[in-house]
Order: sequence, then structure tokens, then C-alpha cells
Amino acid sequence: MISDRINEQSPWEDLTEGNKIYEAATSREFKTGEWRTQTPIHSPEKCKECYLCVPVCPDMSIQVADDESIVFDMDHCKGCGVCAKVCPFDAIRMEVK
Amino acid sequence: MEKTVEIRWHGRGGQGAKTAALLLADVSFKAGKYVQGFPEYGPERMGAPITAYNRISDDKITVHSNIYEPDFVVVVDEGLLDGIDVTAGLKPEGAIVVNSAKKPEEIIPKLRGYKGKVYTVDARKISVETLGKYFPNSPMLAAIVAVSGVMDKEQFINEMEASYKHKFSKKPEVIEGNMNALRMTFEEVAV
Amino acid sequence: MSIRERLSGNEAVAYAIRQINPDVMPAFPITPSTEIPQYVSTYIANGEMDTEFIHVESEHSSMSAAIGASAAGARTLTATSSCGLALMWEELYVAASDRLPVVLALVNRALSGPININADHSDSMGARDSGWIQIYAESNQEAYDNFIQAFPIAEHPDVKLPIMICQDGFITSHGVENIEIEEDADVKKFVGEFEPEHYLLKKDEPMAVGPYAVSNYYMESKRAQRQGMLNAKKVILDVAKKFEEMTGRKYGFFEEYRLDDADYAIVIIGSAAGTAKAAIDEIRATTGMKVGLLKIRVFRPFPEEEIAEALKNVKSVAILDRAEMFSGTGGPLGAEVTAGLYRARSKAEIVNYIYGLGGRDITVDDFKQIYDELADIATTHEVKDNYRYIGLRERGEQ
Repeated sequence: MISDRINEQSPWEDLTEGNKIYEAATSREFKTGEWRTQTPIHSPEKCKECYLCVPVCPDMSIQVADDESIVFDMDHCKGCGVCAKVCPFDAIRMEVK
Repeated sequence: MEKTVEIRWHGRGGQGAKTAALLLADVSFKAGKYVQGFPEYGPERMGAPITAYNRISDDKITVHSNIYEPDFVVVVDEGLLDGIDVTAGLKPEGAIVVNSAKKPEEIIPKLRGYKGKVYTVDARKISVETLGKYFPNSPMLAAIVAVSGVMDKEQFINEMEASYKHKFSKKPEVIEGNMNALRMTFEEVAV
Repeated sequence: MSIRERLSGNEAVAYAIRQINPDVMPAFPITPSTEIPQYVSTYIANGEMDTEFIHVESEHSSMSAAIGASAAGARTLTATSSCGLALMWEELYVAASDRLPVVLALVNRALSGPININADHSDSMGARDSGWIQIYAESNQEAYDNFIQAFPIAEHPDVKLPIMICQDGFITSHGVENIEIEEDADVKKFVGEFEPEHYLLKKDEPMAVGPYAVSNYYMESKRAQRQGMLNAKKVILDVAKKFEEMTGRKYGFFEEYRLDDADYAIVIIGSAAGTAKAAIDEIRATTGMKVGLLKIRVFRPFPEEEIAEALKNVKSVAILDRAEMFSGTGGPLGAEVTAGLYRARSKAEIVNYIYGLGGRDITVDDFKQIYDELADIATTHEVKDNYRYIGLRERGEQ
């Protein structure tokens, strides 16, 4: 993992040239799920699988599973609640935890 | 040539004084000299007075300033004599060449007391006779070569012919006219 | 073998660009640098080179496109002047901090206002803190030679910084002078291929360029960027040595002209150095006064210790700036050379002149006047006004 090599304790000599990152999708390593103060709770019985929530998630934390149901990536969901706001069927509600 | 020869050109935007200065640099370079040809730039406006310069030397030239005490001055447009002090700083042992149909004696009163040699060349007549149009460049270039002696006339003719052949390779019909303009100027400007 | 030619400074730089045949050139025209993209476009149209020329709508875009092309792995250059450079400001910093070896042919011109098209160094001096290497030319020859050395310096793995190759607007850019040019094959061999280790179009290595850096990283990344500039010093000299082997023409951080035994020295950048040389030859021949010149070629990185060493024996020195800084106390070159001399515990008297703003001419006589002043200061040890002008009209002096 790149964060093992370069992190907030790294001396300047260890940074890459121009801070370039020579890997793809390194944001996966950054668990923004820790920032969450509210958590989306999904009710599958209300969900019509319209997927309106999928594109609006700013963190791409709602994915469509093989069985066409939606799955939340709680490692990266920041709990912003946009998905709950757009859901036409009240299938997502936000809960303080 | 013992030292650097400095020449100042006075013309109007669009008349080709800058081009003539660059041509003189070009042909002097081909004759083996160290050269500079540069315009004094401002906003470019057709008809506005412009100044261009040449330094020609056997030695390397490093000076990058304008020329204030020229050895020679070329005036491409006679009308400039009224408004501009074209002989400012001109060395008395040097000379001025003016594009005019008049005789030098008729021009001298306009030269603010300049004591050096004054030459005129009727570039319009030469140009119209040889090229059918008014392009003062070639006659004025030949005139300053004749007056300044920066290079041998025969060498100048040969270099210009080679240069025209290159430049007008797609319009060879204009080469002869230009060459005639140079030769005719040499006859007119007797030094 | 070098070939004797006569070219204007813009023609010379365009000629070098044709010989190098870089991958991408985004550019927007602005006087007096317009001819450079114009000549390059002609070369491309005539099939003499195959650089991808990108027509952009502004200099902000030309530098942005240059950054994108360079990050993608293309050898990239652009050209501009004055307000064009100002419009690139944000991107100049991005190119440098992203460590992209973009080359910029800068034809120095005064910044507005008042609006003016003639030469001074206010454009590049304003960009002196942007992280670009800056190399200046006295003549068309130097503009050409510096340009050929630009890519090998900028692309060196220890450097990886963008580089500005500067020449004085109109004075050299539009003036035709004698020049020695090199064979196409020799130039191509000297410059070589651009082979970056990491680049955006590398198929098997997805990467990100220009990430956000929080406070925890920003300062370290700036220190790392500085290292490229520090490393550039050795690389600039190595490239100059290689260039000398090819051409016989010698370059360093600066040129010392008759400075060895000089009592009085002028420090200057750009085309006016040639005029100073003529003044020096004349003064030495007529008066025997020991006068000399230090002409700065490399301003970034700033060769402070080397300058102080070269000036260690002079009694007095005049530093000439072709740019205002509006600190109220001097110009940028004056400030940096003075600081260097102070740190080297120099005993020389120092005076800073502003000259040549907006194309104001500076003559051999002006330099003679400065050397006379230097002799005077060295005797009296009194520098009444450290911040002076040469060639300025003032009341009571006409």
C-alpha cells in the first residue's frame, strides 16, 4: 500500500517527484467511513432497485451487487445523506450512531 | 573597413525601410561581414515615421543600443525631411542619401545645416522604369552600398542576383527588373 | 561543424525548435514572441517537422495544455511575452510543482501599464519565484545555444523542472545578427529523446498528477521541489560542458568579461551586456581604468556564492536591473546580488541602478558614466543614493 511508504510522518526525501502517485484508485486505502456521524439504513422491502441513489453518492459508496440489489460500502460512506434525500420510496433513512 | 560602419534608415511604416535594412545586413553578411540589422519598434502603423539601423563591421559587434551618431543616413521618403531631423548626429565626414527626384542642392536647405555629402536618387523613376511599380527598396539599397562603400559594387550585384534567384524562384520574371534597378541606381548615384 | 548564418533571435529559437522537433507546442501569439509560433507553424506546414501544434485561446490555456502534454509524457514547449506570461501565472507554479520539464521561449517585454511592447525584464522577474529555471541571453547566438541546452537541463532526472529561455524583446528577437548554428543531426543527438520514467500515457502504470496536499505534506513537497533547483546547478554546468564539446562555445552561470583584474564591475542581465562590453573595451583602451563585467546567464537557480567569489576583488560594483520591484529600495537583481556579497563579507561598495524600462535605450556613454560613478564611490566610500536610474529624465538635469 502506498500509505505504508508515504504518510504524514514521511520526511521530504521520501515524497515522490511532484507528489505524483504511481498507482490507480489509491483513495480506496483512505477510509473516509470513519468520518461518518449518520449512517444510511437501507430497507430492502421498500427498495424498488431504481438505483437513483447510485450516481448521486459523492463517494461512489453505493454499488449494485450481482443480484441487482444495492450494497453500501461503509469503509468509504461519509454519511452525507444525499442517497436518503433522493430515494423516492423512503427506502434509505439516516440514523445517528 | 577599419571600424564599424553605422547606418540609420528613415522611412514610413509599410514602405520597406526595415526590410531594406535587413536586406543590407543580409547582403553584407554574404560578403563576409559581421552585421546587425534592426528596427526601432513601436506600435506598427502604416505611414508613421519609422527608424531602422545597420552596423557592418569586419569584427564581432556586441553593442545593442540604437545608433545616435551614424556614418550614413538613408531617407526613403522625402516628405520626412520637413518633420524629422534626419541628420541628427550624422557625422560630417559621412553622407546622407535621400530618395528624391530633386538635385542635392535643392535638398540641402532642408537638412538643418548638415555639412557632409548629400546624394539624391530618384527611386520612383528607377523603380517604375525597371519594375513597372513603385518599390523603393532595391534602388535605396544600391544607393547606400554605392555611397557607403561597405562592399564592392560587383560583389553586391552578384550577391543580390543570387538572393533574388532564391527569393523569386517561382516568379523569375521579376529578377531581371530588380537587377536593372540596382544597376541603374549605380549609374545615377555617381560617387 | 558550425554553420555561419545571420538570423534574428526569434528565427534562431524557431530554428532550434525545428531541429529539436518536440512532441507538442501549444501557443498563443503576443508581441514580440509571435514570430516563434509563426515560424514553427510554417515549418510544420512545410513538413519540416511534425510537432503537434495546439491552437489555444489564451496563454492560460497554452500553459495548461503544456502541463497536460508534458504530464502525458510528451516533450513540450511554448512561447510568450509580457502579459501572456502574466496570464500563465497560476500554471507556471503548477508546472514547477508537478515537476514537468516544459520549456518556455520567453521574449522579454515590459508588463502593463502603461501598455508598452518593448523590452524589459518585468515579466520574467515577476515569475522568478514560480519555481522555473531561468536562463537569459545577451545575443541571438546565446538565445539559440541556451534553447538547445534547455531540454537536457529540464528533463534531467535530478532536475525535472520547467525552464524559461529568455531574450530581450525586439533588441535580439527582431534584430538580425551573425550566428553560428549547428547541424540538425548534431542538435538531435545532443538533445536526445525524452524518456520519462512515469507519465500519464504509460499503459501499465496508471498514475495521478497534481494531487491536493494538506499542510502535513505541502511543506515537505516544497522542500523536495527546491532540491530539483539545487541539483540544477550541477546539471546546467554539465550540459554546458557537453555543449562546449560540440560547438566550442563556452557557458556557465555567468560570463566574466575582463573581470580578472577589474576594480570596478557592473552586474547585468541580457542584451545590454554587449553594449557594456564595448564600453569596457573603450574605457580600458583610452583611460586604462580597470573595468569589468559580470553578465548573469542563470538567474534561477541563483548562483550566489559563485557571483560573490567572482566579485571578491572589486572595489565597487553597480548592479543594473531592467525591472522595477517597487520595494522602494532597489531591483530584484540588486537585492539578490547585494545579499550574496553581504553573506560573503564583501567590502565592495554597492550601488543599484534601474535602466532600460519599457525599451529605454542604454548606450556606451551610459555605461561610461556608471563606471565613472563607481570609481568615485570607491574613493569616497560614500554611496548617497543606492537606488538610482540611468537614462531617466529628471527636473534640473536637462
